[in-house]
Amino acid sequence: MRRLFAALLLLLACSAVWAKEAAPLAEDPAVEKRLMVISEELRCLVCQNESLAGSRADLAQDLRREVRNLIKAGKSDAEIKEFMVSRYGDFVLYRPPLKPTTWLLWIGPFVLLLAAVGGLIAYLRRRGRQVTDTPLSAEESLRAEALLKESDK
Amino acid sequence: MKRFLIPLALFVVLVGFLAVGLNRDPREVPSPLVNKPAPAFTLEQLADPTKKFSPADLKGQVWMFNVWASWCVSCRQEHPLLVEFARARVAPLIGLDYKDTRTDGLRMLTMSGNPYDFSVFDADGRVGIDYGVYGVPETYVIDKAGVIRYKHIGPLTAQALEKTILPLINELKKS
Repeated sequence: MRRLFAALLLLLACSAVWAKEAAPLAEDPAVEKRLMVISEELRCLVCQNESLAGSRADLAQDLRREVRNLIKAGKSDAEIKEFMVSRYGDFVLYRPPLKPTTWLLWIGPFVLLLAAVGGLIAYLRRRGRQVTDTPLSAEESLRAEALLKESDK
Repeated sequence: MKRFLIPLALFVVLVGFLAVGLNRDPREVPSPLVNKPAPAFTLEQLADPTKKFSPADLKGQVWMFNVWASWCVSCRQEHPLLVEFARARVAPLIGLDYKDTRTDGLRMLTMSGNPYDFSVFDADGRVGIDYGVYGVPETYVIDKAGVIRYKHIGPLTAQALEKTILPLINELKKS
């Protein structure tokens, strides 16, 4: 289900971009396809919640042109990303790299999860100790049986 | 009492995070270019296409590099501060006319005054990309060795100029 949703979303994103990128697309479909894949992973710095592929900002158009030229020059994906990061920092990457300054970002959620699970276990244990099992007296069990029989009818 | 203490503590922590987070400008992305050599380029000057400029020409001097354009509204906002800065003759001020036309750029300088020693003309924004420009105006302080020491994103403020940029320039000039 999630995969289908992702595929649909991608299709939607692609169609929107292809619609306005029609002219350069005619140039070289292979280059445009790689441009699409790479620029989906990069953030547009002008409208920060848009990818470079989806943005209409002037700078995004210029940067797509740069990426297109880099692709034509035979650069690898890693080299193209490095080109962007060396100018705009890790912020341009939608997937931040794993390094000391981003450890908290990557590991933080798991630390929170562990802390929450730990807290839950501690709480349940404490509660387990507080609720002690007191056996019913003979009189009480007779009453309980009577009540159960009554509800059976 | 204790059962209220924990939510209260969590709330205070949350407020703390929000107070810091909401007061930060999300448009200010820390530049990886600070403390790196200023990217090299050779561009024509705006007023005179026969004259060329590269950052290497100013080696040995502390200078300020300001990215502007005639179409940029907030450039007008910082313009008086630049004029003031130029009048004080603290350091050379070079402009980069970013994605503009020569006529519009020159008209803007005649109309509102020219604080720059000179401006260079970056018609297609290639040099802007090398400098990581994403929101004009942007201002760089470049030291004697040609290393970018400070980058200001968005219009300069009197506070940023007096508290950060001028002390930094004076410091760099001494070294």
